Amino acid sequence: MNILAALISGLIFGLGLVVSQMIDPAKIIAFLDLAGSWDPSLACVMAGAVPVAAIGYALARRRPRPLFADTFRLPVLSAIDARLIGGAVLFGVGWGLAGYCPGPAVAAIGIGRPSALIFVLAMLVGMALHELPLLLARRPSSSEV
Amino acid sequence: MANFTPISALAGGGLIGLAAALLMLLDGRIAGISGIIGGAARAARDDLGWRAAFVIGLIAAPLVYGAAGGDIPPTALSLSPATLAAAGLLVGFGTRLGNGCTSGHAVCGMARLSTRGVAATFIFMVAAFVTVFVTHHLVGG
Repeated sequence: MNILAALISGLIFGLGLVVSQMIDPAKIIAFLDLAGSWDPSLACVMAGAVPVAAIGYALARRRPRPLFADTFRLPVLSAIDARLIGGAVLFGVGWGLAGYCPGPAVAAIGIGRPSALIFVLAMLVGMALHELPLLLARRPSSSEV
Repeated sequence: MANFTPISALAGGGLIGLAAALLMLLDGRIAGISGIIGGAARAARDDLGWRAAFVIGLIAAPLVYGAAGGDIPPTALSLSPATLAAAGLLVGFGTRLGNGCTSGHAVCGMARLSTRGVAATFIFMVAAFVTVFVTHHLVGG
């Protein structure tokens, strides 16, 4: 059931990206281009999404556990550290270059858009590069066992 | 503000919020796309199914929308493969380093009033504003 729930959530999330036109990177760039002919639509997407999600999270806090899982898995980190800042800067630069963030880029694969596919493949490589030191660091300990 | 579409943006945003609310209430998870995908690298085997299902739903969404008679106009933005690849690398590495993207930090983080989410959102927004200003108005224009 938890897998079906995730499928439906992903579907609704993607429909939201399509309806709001956030699947179009030109629409994202138009929001980010303050000095051009600015399109504030992305701010409206946030204004629509954040309160609805907040209601959901408030309801979740009143429940002992999710319907189809054992526990609520919430982020445990709280510090604003160099990793958070550096990561956000790198992400922001990439987002500004292409107008794609992970959600819309993955969804745009569904309409067979080649630019989205190139972006997502490179994104997966970027994610793997980040995991590389962790995977290498894990190797010696696994050989001891 | 020629192409401002506040109604469809609010409605679509509402759907995104609903998806995030459902994923938390049903599966106890944050709907952060970069975390769902990137987190798979370190996830246990029984933790992979819901991640794959979410991504399949995300990719299926435009197809379902199209099958229901919706029209998705092609994007007017055309970028070189090199720019797309560079942007993808930055987004992939950056979102793992900073533990989140637009969905995890901005939508879910702000909905939880997470200090890290709000800070990350502010920082990546400024970085993106600056990047677009540089690439669209200073270089090449």
